[in-house]
Amino acid sequence: MSDTQVPIMQIGDTLLTSLQGDLDDTTVMSIEERLTGEVARRNPTGVLIDVSGLTMIDSFIARVLARMVGMVRLLGSSVAVVGIQPAVAITLVELGVPMGHLDTALNAEQGLALLKRLQADGR
Amino acid sequence: MAVEVAEPTGVRIAIVAEADLILIRQTLRAAADRAGLGLVDQTRLITAGSELGRNILTYATDGRGRMEVEQVRSTSRVGVRAVFADDGPGIPDLELALTDGYSTAGSLGLGLPGARRLVDELQVTSAPGSGTTVVIVKWGR
Repeated sequence: MSDTQVPIMQIGDTLLTSLQGDLDDTTVMSIEERLTGEVARRNPTGVLIDVSGLTMIDSFIARVLARMVGMVRLLGSSVAVVGIQPAVAITLVELGVPMGHLDTALNAEQGLALLKRLQADGR
Repeated sequence: MAVEVAEPTGVRIAIVAEADLILIRQTLRAAADRAGLGLVDQTRLITAGSELGRNILTYATDGRGRMEVEQVRSTSRVGVRAVFADDGPGIPDLELALTDGYSTAGSLGLGLPGARRLVDELQVTSAPGSGTTVVIVKWGR
């Protein structure tokens, strides 16, 4: 899947991007650049990164996710990762990738509610 | 000790570029499917394979290596065996390389020890100057 196919949508004051399928490293890194560019341009209060379409997250993709979250936070937006699949969650924990610093929710709807709570907390 | 009988037909993939990681995952997914592995075990195997494939790209000479996948059987179950091999510089300290958090490339350092946690069997053969071979086996239940 090429980067131009990865959607970045605006829902109210929230940006939503969905990572799907089998991502190669170049695509992942260019999504990173596009997302941070959009965040800087549109200044949303919150960002949701939807990974429900990822059937696997290895240590590299996990690191890129953490970087995307860090960059978005630096730009002043709240950010949550949503839709981690159960098999992926199990594998990530067993792999040993530290994920505790990410705010996560089960799906986009709960993600929006989480973003509101984070913003109320000043995060 | 269960007797392993491997199917003669295996799949061999050259690892030369990061785009090959997609092929690695697809091949492992197909093999896991054929062996009847459940979704979580499939995910474990594919993730372990991605880590090991990535290790080759990062550490092997010219980032080149290969993966061979075949189905294995014991008396009671079917599984997938994947061999990741390169002719690179080898791992000077295997014990260190199998420790969480150890990395010579500035990464998380979870590839080898992480892969070991995800699969049922993992064997590393490596020595300075003679390349590295990692064999993993994931059994269906």
